[in-house]
Amino acid sequence: MNFDEMFGTGETRRESYRDYHQWFESQDAAWLHRKSDEAETVFRRIGITFSVYGEEEASERLIPFDVVPRIISSREWSRLVRGIRQRVQAMNAFLHDVYHRQEILRAGRIPVELIAENDAFLPQMIGVSPPGNVYTHVVGVDIVRTGENEFYVLEDNARTPSGVSYMLENREIMLQMFPELFAQINVQAVGNYPKNLRRSLGNCVPRSCEGMPVIAVLTPGMYNSAYFEHAFLAGQMGAELVEGHDLRVVDGRVAMRTTQGYAPVDVIYRRVDDEYLDPLNFNPQSLLGVPGIFDVYRAGRVTIANAPGTGIADDKAIYSYMPDIIEFYTGEKALLNNVQTWRCSEPDALRYVLDHLSELVVKEVHGSGGHGMLVGPTSSNEELVAFRNKLETSPGKYIAQPTLSLSTTPILTKNGLDPRHVDLRVFVLVSPEEIHMTPGGLTRVALNKGSLVVNSSQGGGTKDTWVLEE
Amino acid sequence: MLGKTADGLFWMFRYLERNENTARLLDAGFRIALTRAAAAENEWASVLTTVGVKQAFQEKYERMETAHVIDFLLRDSSNPSSVMSMIQSARHNARLLRTALTRELWSATNECWLTLRELLARRVRERELPFVLSTIQQQNALLGGTLHGTMMRNDIFNFARLGTFLERADNTARILDVKYYLLLPSVSLVGSSLDNVQWETILRSVSAQRSYHRLHKGEVRPREIANFLMLDLRMPRSLAFCYSKIVDNLTHLAKVYEVRQPSFDQAETVYVRLTDRSIEEVFESGLHEFIQDFIRDNNALGRQIEKDYRFYG
Repeated sequence: MNFDEMFGTGETRRESYRDYHQWFESQDAAWLHRKSDEAETVFRRIGITFSVYGEEEASERLIPFDVVPRIISSREWSRLVRGIRQRVQAMNAFLHDVYHRQEILRAGRIPVELIAENDAFLPQMIGVSPPGNVYTHVVGVDIVRTGENEFYVLEDNARTPSGVSYMLENREIMLQMFPELFAQINVQAVGNYPKNLRRSLGNCVPRSCEGMPVIAVLTPGMYNSAYFEHAFLAGQMGAELVEGHDLRVVDGRVAMRTTQGYAPVDVIYRRVDDEYLDPLNFNPQSLLGVPGIFDVYRAGRVTIANAPGTGIADDKAIYSYMPDIIEFYTGEKALLNNVQTWRCSEPDALRYVLDHLSELVVKEVHGSGGHGMLVGPTSSNEELVAFRNKLETSPGKYIAQPTLSLSTTPILTKNGLDPRHVDLRVFVLVSPEEIHMTPGGLTRVALNKGSLVVNSSQGGGTKDTWVLEE
Repeated sequence: MLGKTADGLFWMFRYLERNENTARLLDAGFRIALTRAAAAENEWASVLTTVGVKQAFQEKYERMETAHVIDFLLRDSSNPSSVMSMIQSARHNARLLRTALTRELWSATNECWLTLRELLARRVRERELPFVLSTIQQQNALLGGTLHGTMMRNDIFNFARLGTFLERADNTARILDVKYYLLLPSVSLVGSSLDNVQWETILRSVSAQRSYHRLHKGEVRPREIANFLMLDLRMPRSLAFCYSKIVDNLTHLAKVYEVRQPSFDQAETVYVRLTDRSIEEVFESGLHEFIQDFIRDNNALGRQIEKDYRFYG
């Protein structure tokens, strides 16, 4: 039986949705649809778009927005907070360990090849300790729910997670469209995120920093799909938005070209991948990076957030070991469930996966964005055969998971409320002082009825996410 | 502030200013085309020269037909100076430097682009032209108002204003450059009805008809027009006015950056030249030379600003 967050498994409205549902029932349907159109117009005017590479102006698309909020009770939220905090703590301890003494490998808790043969492992980071020992300054943890008490972590995004601007803009638009709702229902605010991000990054400055830390957001440029978000965050933090060619190493520090000459930067919140950071140290073909920036980093004279090499902690093959990693570093059992995962590199697992292909979800270890993925139950015979071949040829590239019956929340349709599957990305800020989670997040919703794919490139939309006050 | 940001602002506001000027020139040219069909070709030729796209136009079209000129100047994507290309570029810059703009100014720019994109999606028929041109002007006025009402008066503002006034000065000078012969006292047709129309057209192309007539009680004299467009500090599109603003903005930059750059001296030299002499003296030493020197110096100043404030790496 599918779990609906508004109605549970039956017809009884769940407590957290009571006030909203009451309000909803008393609204005129036509008016709600008008509001929904209005929201789209505002999004277009503000230019909250994501761009698609290769096309011109037409390539800026809006992500569909649904006006029915996704509501989480404060009790549910504090449970998530405890679980995510534990996980992120372990993740940072793990990163420090794999780039230093590698105790976890010595203890035989995870196989050496998993690290040694992993492209996400950066040998250049061995022995480097980032300021404050923080590796993952910003993490996006993807959570799915399958029942009243069942929450799973689907993915840990520890490289350059995006989506936080949608969390903020979705709330902003809801406040504009339905101000009276927020007067009636106590929803925890999310608007402090940029301020918290700034503070959190400011707490991770390098030794060379004097006075107020200078923070810059490093973007691949305006044709990147998340450019809007890069500009948005820089603007909200009062930081400069830079591209690689605005930066240069001057007198052993990273500096940006200003109208008054080169000025040093203390913290770089980078939204480019590792391999595009520094053509001298990583990808020599890259035009995006800053030559020599990694040497400055190693000398402890600039903070790069997230640290280079964090990809080893959110790799899909590592994911299956997260419960062990958490136990190893915190001495506690993992509070949040991991989704059962078959590593196709292991012969027994591969055999199981091939035998049950039509029931499973198969993902590329290094894939993202819902591409290169097989959803067994909704796939055709040809697709299954094609994937079977892929698995047999290069099993190491894949993992498989059971098809989870994701929870639904209703969206507004022509026929009123109608349930759709959702997930949730929670945004976590890490500094030596604290691990902070914004009460809310980005709810992605599969707008096609029955679909489990929430990615915006494949028919996904977003919703405002409410965490209620106690 | 990043050099790249200063560059983006400077050009964003040049593009927007150019759009406004193109709309004005089209308006003035269209008036002639409507009322004096015989003079239309000539007038369109001088409009295209003023905008600097006559050659590009002639490569595409054989004759200076009104419909072609309108299309070329408003929406031709192969013409980088068309209104649509310009707003596209201005918005492109605005996206690049979003962090430097207030939310209101970004929205106004984006909305201007959305509006013009819809307005110029199809060929503009002659009878729609007045509406289209006034919409372009209105959108620009909205942007200007938002800039003034919401932006801080800091270096960001200075670079935006420098772009506006450099472009505006260039535009007024180009109009004078193309039409200077009409303003020369030696032209014997003084007082003929053709000249009257031409003079009105010049005033119209800088939106100065009403102000001029108010000042001169309806008497249209070429010398006064030249004075008005070049040396009158009250006229917001005159060369002298533009340079007083350019000097103001460079002064502010020199103060907050605590360094006086070469561009400052260059701008001041031009400003002095526009304020230390009468229009008679300009005519005596040669109107055309004066205008051409001005255009050259104005371009040089633009390049010097780019260098002084590290627009490029």
